[in-house]
Parts: sequence; C-alpha cells; structure tokens
Amino acid sequence: MDQKKRIVVVGATSSIAEHCCRLWVQKGPVELILVARNIALAERIATDLRARGGAVDVSVETMDFLSAPAITEAVARWTSQMPVDIALIAHGVLSPQLPCQDDIGQTREAIEVNGVSPVLFAEAFAGAMERAGNGTIALIGSVAGDRGRRANYVYGASKALMDRYAQGLQHRFAATSVKVVLIKPGPTDTPMTAQYKAQGRKLAPVESVAEGTVNAIKRGTPVAYLPRRWQLIMFVVRNLPNVIFNRLNI
Amino acid sequence: MRPVSSWGRLSAEPHQVVDLSDIAALADQMRGMGPAIPLGMGRSYGDACLNPGGSLLSTARLDRFHSFDPETGRLVCEAGVQLREIQRAMVPRGWSLPVIPGTQIVSVGGAIANDVHGKNHHRVGSFGHHVRNLKLVRTDGQAIDCGPGVNPDLFAATVGGIGLTGLIATAELQLQPVAGPWLDTEILPYRSLDEFLTLADDSESLWEHTVSWLDCTAGRRTRGIFLRANPAVDQSGKPPVPRRSAVPLTPPLSLFNRLTLPVFNALYYHLNAHRGGAKRRPFDTFLFPLDDVQDWNRLYGPRGFYQYQLVVPRDAGPAALRDILEIIAKSGQGSFLAVIKTFGERASPGLLSFPMPGITLSLDFPNRGARTERLFVELDAVVRAAGGRLYLAKDARMPRDLFDAGYPKAPELARFRDPGMSSGMSRRLMGH
Repeated sequence: MDQKKRIVVVGATSSIAEHCCRLWVQKGPVELILVARNIALAERIATDLRARGGAVDVSVETMDFLSAPAITEAVARWTSQMPVDIALIAHGVLSPQLPCQDDIGQTREAIEVNGVSPVLFAEAFAGAMERAGNGTIALIGSVAGDRGRRANYVYGASKALMDRYAQGLQHRFAATSVKVVLIKPGPTDTPMTAQYKAQGRKLAPVESVAEGTVNAIKRGTPVAYLPRRWQLIMFVVRNLPNVIFNRLNI
Repeated sequence: MRPVSSWGRLSAEPHQVVDLSDIAALADQMRGMGPAIPLGMGRSYGDACLNPGGSLLSTARLDRFHSFDPETGRLVCEAGVQLREIQRAMVPRGWSLPVIPGTQIVSVGGAIANDVHGKNHHRVGSFGHHVRNLKLVRTDGQAIDCGPGVNPDLFAATVGGIGLTGLIATAELQLQPVAGPWLDTEILPYRSLDEFLTLADDSESLWEHTVSWLDCTAGRRTRGIFLRANPAVDQSGKPPVPRRSAVPLTPPLSLFNRLTLPVFNALYYHLNAHRGGAKRRPFDTFLFPLDDVQDWNRLYGPRGFYQYQLVVPRDAGPAALRDILEIIAKSGQGSFLAVIKTFGERASPGLLSFPMPGITLSLDFPNRGARTERLFVELDAVVRAAGGRLYLAKDARMPRDLFDAGYPKAPELARFRDPGMSSGMSRRLMGH
C-alpha cells in the first residue's frame, strides 16, 4: 500500500464534504484534517469516520474563517512537514435573499462566508502546493453562480466570485501538476436545503453528489456539474436572452 | 405537510415530516408534536411507517457510526445508518452484518423495528438476535437502554415493535467475521412443491443462504428456481461494480398483469434453468438483485401494489401452500416476485416478530381495488386455518382478527407503548 493520503477539509460539517470523507476512508489509508466552525459536530463526524475506516487518522480543528493571518498560519502548519494531497474547501451557508436585501450587513456576511473566505483558503493552499509541485484544490461552488437570479443573487454572486477565481487559478497552474477542481452541485438534499424539501422540490441525493465530487477530484476535472444534467440546464439558463429570462420566475 | 408514500405506493397522504438531525438533542426535537411514528428509509410496504395527517420522525440524518471494535466485531451506530453503508465499510475489514433482508437499503432502526430476516434465517435467526443493546428515546424525553440483558421485556417489545415503544436512537450490533465479498452459489430448477421442500431440507445443513423463486402462474404445474449460497472458498479479485439502472417514471398501468405475467414468469424460469448450476458471485448482486434497479416499485403503476407475505407452520404448510397457489391461479392475479423460503427453528426475539418455524411465501399484487381485496380474503382464510400469520412490514390491509390470531403476544405490547407514538398500522390493528 502506498503512503497515507493527506486531505484537509475546510467546512467539514458540510454534508457533501462529510460524505466525501466517508468515501475516502473506505478507499484506503488516509489522514484527514477536519476544519470547522461547529467543533462539536465536527467531533461527531470525526468519531464516525474513525469507526468506519481501518487505517484512518482524523483530527479536528477550528479557527476564524475570515482572518487572513489565521488562514496563512494554519495552511503553513498543515503543509510544513508533509505536502497536502487534497484541499477540499466546502464551507458555505445558504443565505436567504430577502434578509440580504433588507440588511446589507447580511449581504456582506453572505459574500464573505461564501465567496471571500473560500478564496482565502484556496489562495493559501495554492502557494504551498505550487512549492510542493503537487496537490489538488477542490472548491464547492454552485449552479447559482452561473447566472444572477432575483431569488438568490447575493448567494449566487459569492459563488460566481469563486467561479472566476477558480478559472484564474486553473490558468496559473495549467503547466503544472497542481489541479484545481470546481464542483457545481445543483440543489442537493442536505440540512442546508431543508426548506426546499419541505416545499416538495426534488433534490439530488447527497451520496451521489459526494461520489461525483470524489471522482472529479481524482480525475482533476476542472468544472464538474453534479448531477451532470445541470450542465445542460445551466447552459440553457446562461444563454437565455434577457427578454425571456426577465419574464421567468426562477 | 408533504405527501409521503411507503414502498407499496398505495397512498400519498400529507404528513408533517420532522428531520431528526441532532443525536444529542432528540428529546427536544421530538417534544410536543402529537402522535408520531419513526420513519427510516420508508421500505415497509404498507402503513407501518405512515401516520396520515400526523408526524413522522425521519431518522435519515441520524446516520453516523459511533464506534467499532475490530477485536469483537461490535458496532455502535445511529438508527438511520443504512445496512448498505455498514456493509460497504465493514466487508473490506472482514466483518458483515449477520442478517440482511432482501434489500440493503433499509435503516438499522427499521431493521430492528420490523425484526427483519434474511436468506440465512435457518442459520442465524432474525436481525433482533444480533442486537446487543439499543437506546430508546421516548416522546416524553426519557432515554432508556435495553437489550437481552437490560430491560429485556422492553427490548422484546421494541424488536419487531414497529416503532410503537419509542424512537430507536442508537444500537449496538454484533457483526460476524466474513472472508470476503464472494459467494459460491448454485441455481437449481425444480418442478413441484415437494421437490422444493426436499431441496430446502437438504440444503439447510450445508448452505448458509437459501431462497427460491416460484412461478405462481403455472397453476398446478408448480415450478421454480432454488438458489443457495455459501461464502466462497476463493475470495480473490475485486467484485465488479454492479450496473445500476433506474425506473425513470411510473407507467400509466401496472406492467405486471394477466397478459404479461405468464410470459415474464416463463422467461424468468427458463433463463435461470439454463444459466443454472454452480458459480461464484458477489454477495450483493446475488442477495439483493433489486437494489440495482432504483425505484422498481414504480413498475406496478400509479395505483401501487400490495405485498402479501405469509408464514405457515411446517406441518400444515405444504397443504396450505397448495391451496394458496390454487386460489391465486384461479383468480388470474398472478405475482412476478413470488419468493418462498423455509424458516429455521430459532425462536424469534420480539413480541411481534414475524418468523416462526415453517414456510414463508411472499407475493406481489398490483392494486386492483376490490378484486385484489377479494383474493386476499380467500388467502387470509387459508393462513388463519393453518395457524400462520402475515408480515407487518409488508401489510397494508389485514383484518384485525387475523392480526389477533397470528400475533397472540400482541396484547403484551400495550404496557410498553410510548403514548406519543401511533401509526396508520397501529390504529388499524390495535385501535390506537
């Protein structure tokens, strides 16, 4: 068996991230560093992963997700002894649109948590992986970042920020073996989308989105829509002329 | 409120679905919501997991493992963990659940609450036999441990207790060592009920898994396919990833009807009779072939279907089964998934456990309203006369007197019930 894969998961209590970890611990020896704001929940997830896997090493830590010095220090610490193979940056909150419109404080928070913070983590890993000459940075974006819609454009804008950032990072690393993967899940059945489920909307099972994420990371797929039909749906949505798009209540 | 159906898709009544998510705060999440019933994967066929107009306590997100001891094979996990997840994590580590029903896509809580059985019942008994301990959370907030050694009476009421004694939060399961994912299997055609019984009796001592498919459209000329399997001697090689398919939509009519059934059944019989013999197969595709066809229950059309699973004691069994097959043949309402198996002698652990020493037969019937119910009334009479019972996990319609006759220990359940728990089934069969 080759040596343990080292994976850092930022936003480890995200349901998609947790299910990715379950798949990783089943695939072989792995060291997981779970970074989360909710430490109690992250500890429960770590306990679950240790019970599932045989040769797994799981640690949990928490930090300020918006502090550039804290992120710089943490990433330096994780990468100083041994290189990190995968950095999965998965945190986010589904910020409801109306409160953001009523209170620009909430707008700022939504964009910082969903857009700025993931980019800071990714940028810190980018430097370390560039020096190591190896590694994969995976970001969980969203189909909501593909076109602004009245229903969730603040959330969408923060995900669009991540989209353009990932594009640039891919350009920077095009000639290297560092890979950048942007995952764009459609509406997925997670605690974050519970209100959609109550409205009877059809949601993709988180297990299959996680499976697609793990596969995309393994292959280094630059952009992965999950489930894949969202690639076609968003192609149409992006290309609808404004005359039509502005009449749609989507 | 949103519409919820069970696996038989016979109804889609509105329910208040509560997604339990925090194992540390279950009591808070369950408080003050009126009559409720736990919901796992919704794989029971009738109203055991339904509570029309009331609340469902969904355990889908209580899906974490708590501990596993690789020395003893003891696993502690939450009630919403799917059996397939346990197998995926543990088979590569040399451990397996001892009992898995015909599908792996059920929750641990559901497997306990229905005291499910597998194709190895004659060897290992039912699911409840391998539960060492469980934590029950009642709707009044109380958390109680029970198991064969602690509160054994409450444990016997909870195993097979279809959720009525409280919510199973976590369970400690005894896994069994397994050499690998491969089985050595044999497929044997047979041409009469006696031949089936001989095969079943001969196979029980030497084969770990036995089950059989029966062509119930062939009338008096009973025929079928007997399947048996043991852990393979040769465990080398990774099993192939099964090809998964899905039924994408519900056809306007059941695809199984008077015209198609004899054709499907004849095809199935001859295909298997020809590809029969001995072969090494992966355990999951052999034991759970339907798990690779997502939403297969849609094939029965928009009105849904009933599964009628009965068990009759061994002595009266063969005669009763002949009567049953004759009634079905006469009715013209055949079944594609007719599965027959002999149960072992081991006494079941729960007050409402289904298995008893004897022969069990399960049949699927598309819902044709009154015509189907008339057929069931005839079948009920045979089951009652033979001293048998119907499986609660499958049932959506049995009359109360058949329940009382088949489950003589049911009255003992009353003093263990959680007053805040009630389901469509409990109201239908127990009055509240």
